[in-house]
Amino acid sequence: MSDENNVGEDNETVTGIEAPIYLKYNFTAGAAASRFLTRIKEGVLTGQRCPRCSQVYIPPRGSCAACGVPTEEEVELADKATVESFTIVSIPIPGNPIEPPFVVANLVPDGANISVIHLLSECDNAEVHIGQRVQAVWKPQEEWGYALDNIRYFKPLDEPDVPVERIGKLPVTGLEG
Amino acid sequence: MSQPDVLHQAFELGFTYTRSTGPVVGRFLTELKKRNIVGIKASDGRVIVPPMEYDPDTAEELGEFVEVGQQGEIVSFAWVREPRAAHPFDRPFAWAMIKLDGADVPMVHCVAAEAESDVATGARVQAVWADEPRGFITDIRCFELV
Ligand SMILES: [Zn+2]
Repeated sequence: MSDENNVGEDNETVTGIEAPIYLKYNFTAGAAASRFLTRIKEGVLTGQRCPRCSQVYIPPRGSCAACGVPTEEEVELADKATVESFTIVSIPIPGNPIEPPFVVANLVPDGANISVIHLLSECDNAEVHIGQRVQAVWKPQEEWGYALDNIRYFKPLDEPDVPVERIGKLPVTGLEG
Repeated sequence: MSQPDVLHQAFELGFTYTRSTGPVVGRFLTELKKRNIVGIKASDGRVIVPPMEYDPDTAEELGEFVEVGQQGEIVSFAWVREPRAAHPFDRPFAWAMIKLDGADVPMVHCVAAEAESDVATGARVQAVWADEPRGFITDIRCFELV
C-alpha cells in the first residue's frame, strides 16, 4: 500500500487507494533448463534431441511434447538462425527499457527444430522477413551469466533466404550443410 | 551429459492496481481518517459495516450512513500461530468477525491478544487506531480485548 490516497477536490474525501498485489516466486529451472543455462553461460546454445522423433528442442524442457518421452541427448547448436516469424513492436511496454520500434522474432537456430524468441537488430525493420538468415551478437564474455540475454540480439547475415519448407529443418552446419 | 546444479532465482510479479473507491467506500475510508467508523442502513433497517453500495436484498442504491461504535463483540475468529510477511502482526494474533455496537453484521479485522485462550466468541473488543490515520482499513490498527 502506498502512503497516499487519491482524494477529491476538497482534499479530504478518499476517492481512490493504491492496492497493489505482489506475487513472490522462487523460480526453479529444473534439470534440463539448468543444463541449458549452464552451457549458455559458456557461450554455447544447446538443445535436447528426442530419442523417438529426433526433434531437437531449444530451450530443452527435459521431454518431447509430441512423444511424451524424456529427452536426454544434449545437442550443440549454431548461433546462426532463421527467422520463422516476427513482429515489430511499436508501443512501449511498461518496465521494458527497449525503445520502440523494435523487432521480436521467433528464430530457429541451425540444428534445432523449434524456435526461440529473441530480438532482431542492426537491421532495417521494414526489410525483416520470414526465411531471413541471422546470427547472434553476444555480450562481452565477462558479462555472460545464466541467461539467454548473453545474446544481445540477432543481426542479419549475408546469406540466401531459407525456403519456407526448410525453416526449422536445417542441420547445425546451416544452409549449405 | 553431466547433471547440473539446479538453478533457481527469486522473481516478483507485481500488479500495481489503483482502485477507485466510489462514494460509499470512499466515505467509509474518509471517516476512518477522522477515527470514525460508519456503516450504511439497508432497506430492512439493518446497519451494514463496512457500508455496501447496493442493498443485498433489493439491489437498491444505499446512502444513509450510520456511525457505529468502536467497541463490539467477536462473532467468530481464527488464531494465526505463524503470521506471514503480509500479516498485520509479526506475532500470533486472531482474524475475527467483529460485530460493532450499532451494527447488524460483523466485519473482519484483526485482534491482538497474548494467547489463543484469551480470545473467545462473545468477547468484547475495542478498536485501536493508528497514530496517523490516512484513509485505509489499517487506520484501525487492530482490536484489543476489553
Ligand atoms: Zn519426440
